[in-house]
Amino acid sequence: MGVEKRIWAIDFGLLSPEMVRKLSQIRVVTPDTYDEDGYPIEGGLMDLHLGVIDPGLRCKTCGGTVATCPGHFGHIELVRPVIHIAYVKMIYTLLKATCSKCGRLLLSKEDIEKYKQLITGEKEIDEDTAIEILEKAKKVGTCPHCGIKQKDIKLVKPMSFYEDDQRLFPTEIRRRLELIPDDDLKLLGLDPDVARPEWAILTVLPVPPAQTRPSITLETGERSEDDLTHKLVDILRTNQRLRDNISAGAPQLIIEDLWDLLQYHVTTYFNNEISGIPPARHRSGRPLKTLAQRLKGKEGRFRYNLSGKRVNFSARTVISPDPYININEVGVPRDIAKILTIPEYVTEWNIEKIKEFIKANDYPKALYVIRPDGRRKIVTDASKDTILEELAPGYIVERQLMDGDIVLFNRQPSLHRISMMCHVVKVLPGKTFRLHPVVCKPYNADFDGDEMNLHVPQTEEARAEALHLMLVQKQMISPRYGAPIIIGDQDFVTGAYLMTYENTSFPKYLATKILARAGITKLPKPDKKINGKPMWSGKLLFSQSLPKKLNLDYPARICVGKNKCEYFKKKGKCEGCPLDAWVKIRNGKLLSGVIDKVSFQGILVDTIFRKFGSSAAADFMNKSTKMALEALMHIGFTAAFDDTTPSIEAKRKVGEILSRAEKEVNKLIAKYKAGELERMPGKTVEETLEDMIMVILGKARDDAGNVIAEHLDKNNAYLIMARAGSRGSLLNVTQMSATVGQQAVRGKRILRGYRTKTLPHFKPGDIGPRARGFVRSSFRDGLDPIEYFFHAMGGREGLVDKGIRTSKSGYMQRRLINALQDFVVRNDKTVRDATDTIVQFAFGEDGADPMKCYGEYPVNIKETILLEQKEYEELPEEGEEEVVEEGGEGGRYE
Amino acid sequence: MLDPEIILNHEYVPKHEILSEKEAEKLLKKYKLNSKNKLPKILLSDPVVKAIGAKKGDILRITRKSYTAGTAVYYRVVV
Repeated sequence: MGVEKRIWAIDFGLLSPEMVRKLSQIRVVTPDTYDEDGYPIEGGLMDLHLGVIDPGLRCKTCGGTVATCPGHFGHIELVRPVIHIAYVKMIYTLLKATCSKCGRLLLSKEDIEKYKQLITGEKEIDEDTAIEILEKAKKVGTCPHCGIKQKDIKLVKPMSFYEDDQRLFPTEIRRRLELIPDDDLKLLGLDPDVARPEWAILTVLPVPPAQTRPSITLETGERSEDDLTHKLVDILRTNQRLRDNISAGAPQLIIEDLWDLLQYHVTTYFNNEISGIPPARHRSGRPLKTLAQRLKGKEGRFRYNLSGKRVNFSARTVISPDPYININEVGVPRDIAKILTIPEYVTEWNIEKIKEFIKANDYPKALYVIRPDGRRKIVTDASKDTILEELAPGYIVERQLMDGDIVLFNRQPSLHRISMMCHVVKVLPGKTFRLHPVVCKPYNADFDGDEMNLHVPQTEEARAEALHLMLVQKQMISPRYGAPIIIGDQDFVTGAYLMTYENTSFPKYLATKILARAGITKLPKPDKKINGKPMWSGKLLFSQSLPKKLNLDYPARICVGKNKCEYFKKKGKCEGCPLDAWVKIRNGKLLSGVIDKVSFQGILVDTIFRKFGSSAAADFMNKSTKMALEALMHIGFTAAFDDTTPSIEAKRKVGEILSRAEKEVNKLIAKYKAGELERMPGKTVEETLEDMIMVILGKARDDAGNVIAEHLDKNNAYLIMARAGSRGSLLNVTQMSATVGQQAVRGKRILRGYRTKTLPHFKPGDIGPRARGFVRSSFRDGLDPIEYFFHAMGGREGLVDKGIRTSKSGYMQRRLINALQDFVVRNDKTVRDATDTIVQFAFGEDGADPMKCYGEYPVNIKETILLEQKEYEELPEEGEEEVVEEGGEGGRYE
Repeated sequence: MLDPEIILNHEYVPKHEILSEKEAEKLLKKYKLNSKNKLPKILLSDPVVKAIGAKKGDILRITRKSYTAGTAVYYRVVV
């Protein structure tokens, strides 16, 4: 064990020339790296004292090899001092705040004494006071200590100083900074022990170790040096020229030019993105990446290498849907499964199985073996036999990913916990990850090119945790609002709807096919006979996916509601609903009612999950979605252009409705212009008019929609989708077949454009429906240019809104989550932070977990009452018929 | 200072009570707290604290209406 040490403080300071020389192992003088033989030149930038990067050589400082030598600093003696670019500002303020002659702070003795009181013992002056002192000193014109008048000092960006138009060279600046007494520096917030200001004027430049700027050998055998080395070469060359010129007694002008050049090279060596300085470029014209560029920004050392985390045992590729796998599964391309590995711990019980992996020549095989001493060995044809011989309990064998392995699957942005769930591997051909469409919602995924990540847990604990806490089926209820989040939509809903609607039934060959899709091999007794042939109703088939003990009663989505329902008014009950909107399930048999969105995205999934557990719910999802799809394919479902065509009768009626509405609006406008319109409370006359027009036109569109819905065929694809809740609404149907309706921007009819009209085609002051964005045409008929323009205006608003909203709310949510991230709900229901401080005495004030609540309530009141009354009658179990192998019967569904 | 009557009878001011020493001890025990500092705080300068005359270190029981739970009980220590 080493010595335990504790960090008490960190000093930030400047390297003194003395320190640089002390740290340095060698003075670099030659602006060259390697000789013709590829051997590092002595005294050059790749001198062996600076560390080794070439295999086979030894470091002249520590004697280490490539693997052991950590690298060592060298130094360059600058002939003339140069300014360190990062400290220009500090130098400038110091020059202004101190006397040019005596170097004292430009404050009176009394002031200095006063401020000195603030520094006692270890305590340093605080930043605000330091700035205050500086500002005060800058304004003083004559030195209160020696009485010398201070000349005006100017900084010409980026790094030249002038005193009354007289250039101040770094040598002079350095001389002045040296004069400032330590005590005065303390008042300015500088610690003279670690940061004497004259150290910001460089006389010695440290040369970083070779390891920090390794040269790379190209395929052609050519050596290519690091950008930093290039820059150091420039510095050394200029330094040498400057030295030669000085010793040769060259004119002052030339020396100054070279001095400036040296300054330029040292500056760009530190930072190549200083404004006002042309960036140093590579031969190819690419700007060099110097010190600051290595650290700065998104791709810098901090954000990219230190904060950026990368992991092993992961994969990423495009996703695509596959409803034939289970919801818990993820389809993994074989090419990926061949690379990802799982460590298998060899025991005396599994050693034979594992030997098979090592023996195998192709997938699934073992890739590596880790011996008990931690040594890793690649399994190859050559090493196979020896490995097999020595294999014993205690070895770890890394085998390829296989069916049934546990993995984590994730899609960014990971906004909530269900953005990352546990899946079971299913290795499939192809190059994409396959996932069941019902898990799109939690991941917010679609298949327009989305990519997802996959991670393979490497320990038994990690796998157990993933499997029990994160498995897809365990996440079916949203922890945010307590309703199902893993839901069937679109085709699944349409399929289930068509399959279970009223008397839909299937002949044997279809019934068996549909059941087989779901992996059900037992055929129930047929419940119908049509033309003497046995038929299976869709309800019966769907029932096969339900748990055997499920009992439920609820209205389907297509239910019109108790207030509107004629049947309910007459009979006072929902049982036997003529619309087939009353879902009744007894002992896992769907007796009446159609399965639509309400079932598939809510109550059915919800109930099964809570009453029969996550496995039963997953089982239901697996089976029902597959059956719904198979049924949908056999029934056939197409939404085409023709489905939008209204009958002549409907078209006439729609025309009438619209014309009437337009006439009504025009009458209203006339009334308004005559000044006879009565004001609604709290509104101006104009607002009243607008409101009334909006109401009339809105109603006209609704009426038109209802007419269309009435006149369209019952089996119209769009209507079926709207009714079942799988996609679209009556409004969409209306817009396609009847009228697009009023377009709005900011909730108002369109009134922007010119001062008196919206488009040049209208008369000034025209506020009729057409001039204010009422689109009379339907999408089917097509929009005329004016209508098209207004529609585009309305559409654009939606688009802009969406963009703004998502970015705004995203950022807001991010900040909220950052603020709440270490709050934890404890076992005693309190919410506490990392220091155990209580934030809330019961989570959410009621201590209820939304995931375990029934919708809005912690207790399912209705269900509890029903249980109390034991209302359910027990139905006798029905017998089942084994599937018999036989050819197609040739029949049709009804 | 505003009239305590007005403050305490305001619709939006929930019921504040000062816990007795016994109750306070029980509370700390219930939540396994070793110090009052782990409780949420309320300033001595808070108008209600002044109105009911609570002292520094007192624990207040605040009973409010809650959207989720009907009534919710909260505790704060006067600082």
